[in-house]
Amino acid sequence: MQATDTGDPSWFHRVVDCQWACPAHTDVPEYIRLIAQGRFADAYLVNRASNVFPGILGRVCDRPCEPACRRGRVEAKPVAICRLKRVAADRRDEHQSDIRERLPRAPAVKNGKRIACIGAGPASLTVANDLMPLGYEVTVFEKWGAPGGLMRTNIPGFRLPARVLDEEIGYILDMGVDLRLNTPISSLRALLDSGEYHAVFVGSGAPKGKDLDLPDRHAPAAVGHIHIGIDWLEAVAFGHTHSVGRRVLIIGVGNTAMDCCRTALRLGAAEVKVMARKPRGFFKASDWELEDAEEENVEIVVNHAPQRFVVRDGRLAGMIFERMEYELDDSGRIRAQRAVGEAFFPCEDVILAIGQENAFPWIEDDLGLEFDAWHRPKVDPDTFQSTRPGVFFGGDAAFGPKNIIWAVEHGHQAAISIHRYCHGLPVEERPQPTLKLESRKMGLHEWAYKNDYAPFERRLMPHVGLKERFKKLDIEVELGFTAEQAAAEAARCLNCDVQTVFDARLCIECDACVDICPVDCLTMVANGSESEVRTRLKAPALEPTQPLFVSAPLKHTGRVMVKDENLCVHCGLCAERCPTAAWDMQKSTIGIAYAGDGIPPCSTLQTRKRA
Amino acid sequence: MSFIAKPRIDHPGLPKNALGLTRRDYEGSMSTLCAGCGHDSVTAAIVEAVWGLAIRPEQVAKLSGIGCSSKTTAYFVGGGHGFNAVHGRMPSIATGAIAANRDLYYIGVSGDGDTLSIGFGQFAHAIRRNIDMLYIIENNGVYGLTKGQFSASADIGSQAKRGEVNLQPPVDPVLTALTLGCTFVARSFSGDKQQLVPLIQAGLQHRGFALIDVLSPCVTFNDHEGSTKSWRYVRENYEEVVHADYVAAAREITVDYAAGEATEVRLHDGGRIVLRKLDASYDPTHRGRALNYLREKLRQGEHVTGLIYIDQKSPEFHEVNNTSDMPINRIPYERLTPGAKGLAKILSRYR
Repeated sequence: MQATDTGDPSWFHRVVDCQWACPAHTDVPEYIRLIAQGRFADAYLVNRASNVFPGILGRVCDRPCEPACRRGRVEAKPVAICRLKRVAADRRDEHQSDIRERLPRAPAVKNGKRIACIGAGPASLTVANDLMPLGYEVTVFEKWGAPGGLMRTNIPGFRLPARVLDEEIGYILDMGVDLRLNTPISSLRALLDSGEYHAVFVGSGAPKGKDLDLPDRHAPAAVGHIHIGIDWLEAVAFGHTHSVGRRVLIIGVGNTAMDCCRTALRLGAAEVKVMARKPRGFFKASDWELEDAEEENVEIVVNHAPQRFVVRDGRLAGMIFERMEYELDDSGRIRAQRAVGEAFFPCEDVILAIGQENAFPWIEDDLGLEFDAWHRPKVDPDTFQSTRPGVFFGGDAAFGPKNIIWAVEHGHQAAISIHRYCHGLPVEERPQPTLKLESRKMGLHEWAYKNDYAPFERRLMPHVGLKERFKKLDIEVELGFTAEQAAAEAARCLNCDVQTVFDARLCIECDACVDICPVDCLTMVANGSESEVRTRLKAPALEPTQPLFVSAPLKHTGRVMVKDENLCVHCGLCAERCPTAAWDMQKSTIGIAYAGDGIPPCSTLQTRKRA
Repeated sequence: MSFIAKPRIDHPGLPKNALGLTRRDYEGSMSTLCAGCGHDSVTAAIVEAVWGLAIRPEQVAKLSGIGCSSKTTAYFVGGGHGFNAVHGRMPSIATGAIAANRDLYYIGVSGDGDTLSIGFGQFAHAIRRNIDMLYIIENNGVYGLTKGQFSASADIGSQAKRGEVNLQPPVDPVLTALTLGCTFVARSFSGDKQQLVPLIQAGLQHRGFALIDVLSPCVTFNDHEGSTKSWRYVRENYEEVVHADYVAAAREITVDYAAGEATEVRLHDGGRIVLRKLDASYDPTHRGRALNYLREKLRQGEHVTGLIYIDQKSPEFHEVNNTSDMPINRIPYERLTPGAKGLAKILSRYR
């Protein structure tokens, strides 16, 4: 095998699995360390640099980081990364610090470039956040009367209070963003032709909920009681809908369905059933959202495929479902399915939560913007530029529904592209991430990070009592971690960013590191092909997709040091036991590039000291 | 030395032995030896070997004297029995323990000072009695605990870290053991577990006194240019003459040996030691020729390693002394003690 090039920033980045899995590459171990030190404001700012909305995401992020967390490989449960983020947000203003003083500001003198953002959701707001400090004038057009996009319309207040939204969106708007509420864009041509903007960013989301065209869907008696999930949530959020029937069926079992069923309970429904076509394990909703819904006595009915709506006595009486049976193969995939009868479920209201898509009735066909077969714009996955230069897409508008953290990352990338585009530079050339390594050795047997393994189990999030929470629509259910819980949870982080860095020139092959490693991830072997070397490791490499670290040949025997990064717990014992410091524990900082990186500001205002 | 305890998290794919235990179950307490000490590698090899033989931890008795080496017994098989004897007196303690209980696996760990200086007499008599134990010398040619003076095993011409050159001839434990009639004589290197682990397993199953002289570099005081027991020097100058693999009674030999390359020695427990000669002219069952071969190689500055001599025929301690088959801690009290009357009878014989 070739010796690993650890100078490539992606090598050590990949070891930090949470950061690697996060679309916006939030420096998770660093902010968890800051929380452990009680530096909540610093932790908040580390978060904000990459994910822009720590308080929001600390409540409702889809948490791609947590399944990736290494703690989940050596123990049952990963670190509660998402809820620690909320700790940083909840306590950022402790110690008499006002976080506002430390936020980016827009310069007084502008660079003369004006950008239009369509939709005031997370993607557009991120674009504004990245471009305002560089001197851009950003105008955001929003069709509703409040900014936030789906964060405001589709996520109920009992999960994400409006106060949190207002604060974090305010941080961006306060830089001087020109926000135009109740201003839907009805024609992209008109916007482009106005010539007012140097670039346009489309962050209008995926606002069209899918319908279910079954018999009697549009029967006059039923139509007012069959709702499209995201539209219904929107109506509730803006106070247009105040009530719902006693019995409610939710069709679909994604995260929107979970928000719908819990909202229905708060509007007075007594019996809410979530109807799933397939068995458990095929649900799209995140496990924790399912748990939260079931805690509130929502029944999830599996293996029922909707057949038709039933109208009786001039009103919607219920729905008929086909009962399904599935045969699964060994890998858990469906091999065969069959219907084994019908079942009737009575209800007063039906909410359809079976997906959503983006829709652009306001984009004309002859603007030079190409669309694919599903009438989605063709968008470059790296630059986020459409086929018409100067028009960029991001968030759900670009590639269909994902989640907030993806929208944020799209916004960052689009901001880089817009910045380059406005400077006449090719958008395909992207600023590259950087790598900084700093030793954590402090002296004999002392390391500048907490490396003793804390055997705590994952902390449970405290909730408002089951009776209490239904009193109002927007009582936040999750209370946030207490100080003690936050401290224990932070101690569970394995510090994957404190890297084991090996220098083959120093190694005397004494075996000390190999012997002491608690998870047997080190082996000194004669080199060979990768598949062959994998068979000779001290403990089997369980994750074939995780690349092995391979050193340069060792000087005594010509063998190589091989490290399986998969299970390393970063305890630092290899470095502690190394007599020659061939192993060292070094903190890696991955410098993620943002719009301002790579291009010097076009005009800098010099302040000169005068005598 | 490290101050951080090895966290108790296991690799989920860690193999288990016949008892359902992993290597981690055979570890001991945290080592306080210098980082990079050869002795820690020997510890790891013992852990691996005992785990591989699926010996229950409570079947192991660990014995040692004084010195860096003698701390080792604390670092493996935490569930075993242990006795840390006075300097150089471990063989007497071992002899007593073995006489009283033949059901345990006795692992003595000593050093070049503990064995070849203060304990030289005890060492010789343990061999002479052929007591049933594995005796490991962690041999680094230097007194580490007292900051790096030459030990009795330092080679002529070897340089101390301060620069002085050793002029006195060494005591070679392997040659000494051969002349004393030792029935299992091996030498190995702490940096070569592929050789050391099967040797430890063979030594544990050998009936009688099994000596393994392990070259175990002192990373602090004897790992420099000019030392003949540094990691580098040993690697460059050690020659394996006979590779030994222990094969348990129930197991088939899975390694293929070329015809005529391997010979077997049958052990009393039904297991076998498979010997693979790396020098065709060498005979590990002929004491005289082994001695000559070693002397010749010693003159050339080579460390000969491997299973140098094995003899399964000589009677061991229990046979010669007709010791109790049953460990005396399990013999009922009434049978074990003569009682007041019986004692009076015995005493009267000496009046």
